[in-house]
Amino acid sequence: MTAVVIDNLSIAFPTARGISHAVRGVSLTIGTEKLGIVGESGSGKSLTARSILRLLPASAQVTADRLSFDGIDVLRASEAEMRAIRGKRAGLILQDPKYSLNPVMTAGAQIAEAWRTHRKGSRRAALQAAEHLLEQVQIRDPQRVAGAYPHELSGGMGQRVMIAMMLAPDPELLIADEPTSALDATVQAEILRLMEDLVSRRGMGLILISHDLPLVSHFCDRVAVMYAGRVVEELRAADLRRAGHAYTRGLLDCLPTLSDPKVRLNVMTRDPAWLT
Amino acid sequence: MITVENLSVRFGSVEAVKGVSFHVPKGAAFGIVGESGSGKSTVLRALSGLNPDWTGRMEIDGTALSPHRSKDFFRRVQMVFQDPYGSLHPRQTVDRALSEPLEVHGIADIEPRILRALAEVALPPAVRFRYPHQLSGGQRQRVAVARALMSEPDVLLLDEPTSALDVSVQAEVLNLLSDLQVRRGLTYVMVSHNLAVVAHLCGTVGVMQGGVMVETVSADDLRAGNVMHAHTRALRTLCMALEEPA
Repeated sequence: MTAVVIDNLSIAFPTARGISHAVRGVSLTIGTEKLGIVGESGSGKSLTARSILRLLPASAQVTADRLSFDGIDVLRASEAEMRAIRGKRAGLILQDPKYSLNPVMTAGAQIAEAWRTHRKGSRRAALQAAEHLLEQVQIRDPQRVAGAYPHELSGGMGQRVMIAMMLAPDPELLIADEPTSALDATVQAEILRLMEDLVSRRGMGLILISHDLPLVSHFCDRVAVMYAGRVVEELRAADLRRAGHAYTRGLLDCLPTLSDPKVRLNVMTRDPAWLT
Repeated sequence: MITVENLSVRFGSVEAVKGVSFHVPKGAAFGIVGESGSGKSTVLRALSGLNPDWTGRMEIDGTALSPHRSKDFFRRVQMVFQDPYGSLHPRQTVDRALSEPLEVHGIADIEPRILRALAEVALPPAVRFRYPHQLSGGQRQRVAVARALMSEPDVLLLDEPTSALDVSVQAEVLNLLSDLQVRRGLTYVMVSHNLAVVAHLCGTVGVMQGGVMVETVSADDLRAGNVMHAHTRALRTLCMALEEPA
């Protein structure tokens, strides 16, 4: 069982006007469970998750009392050690398959490449594995999709291809950074359900990063709410209705809903005290 | 204000929109929901004049629309797109973006109009000389709304205007759109895949599937579940299930 331990993580960037503190003292632990990290743009949720793979911009100044993946000190690990984690033991699913898939390689070839890089097998075995993986992400016609280029696939299909690619090395942890924000509501639910199912069945850990709090709560066990670089509240997904922090409640209140029509939507009033 | 009758749009051998009809009274808001590829944006693009290849009949304020639109049409009908990053010129300041519609349509008093427009969308005057990349996503979308309002249009066509925004910013932009509609008596046609967003802003909702508008229903009936078509029901059920915290 893999555990990610993040203790007092801070990430800062030098700017023309001094140091900008993007993540400020975040502590989280993730085991074989589904953790949602929710926050708005700029809250530091993506940086926090990416720091686990040490995939931060070169200018980032990272400090932490502890940042480890299965006991490996991520801050001090060599590049070779990190490569053994990235992709192989922890996969990263990005927002928009349109930009994160290689446009000049077929879906099958990309999945096969991921499989071969980490599993060392023949080209033919890799292609067979690719089709099998496409089947696992519930693509009905895996052979056709394996031979298709990303532009020939819909957004939902593209995202399934990306998930298949990340599953190829059989990772222990999946980090999904806004995996469904570019998709429409129906496909969004399908993809999240698929990810939830695969993660549970394979006994993996999942970090789901999103700005949609109610949505995330349906697919995670635990939710960490981030605001301005800090975790302001961490709670069980089932306890969302009993959220204590005003920011968490604000995120829930400002959504238009079908069940509760309002003439005007609640707008978040940001309390400066949330920053401290 | 807007009448669309039997609108069809074809891309080569694909019929993207198949005989869509709807009517929007003056000052009302009509929403179109559907999944990707259902043809909802194509309807909007045909209406806006971005796609001249359509058949059927479209009218705005009693005047039938031809594939080629007059300059006055583009003054009266404006569009706001999903991603203001893509729709604002990256190397033009906000000032430039806002003054261009005025110059195109020969409207005077550029200076006071820009200041008024920024105030109307609740942006500080300092934003005026910034570039799009110096603004937040919500500010950029406010600039896009301000730009659309510069020519004092009667109709705003909104293509997923809040899907690229954070939920708190989405609430602010939706409130802004409601306020502007009341204040200026604007007529809206909004396209979105988010049923709750559409039902919030629009009194009437058209549901599209595979190029066909399968149902037109009032927002109240939609909320109450008085819907006829299976696709509308499926979209509604999903929306209801996901909006409640687990």
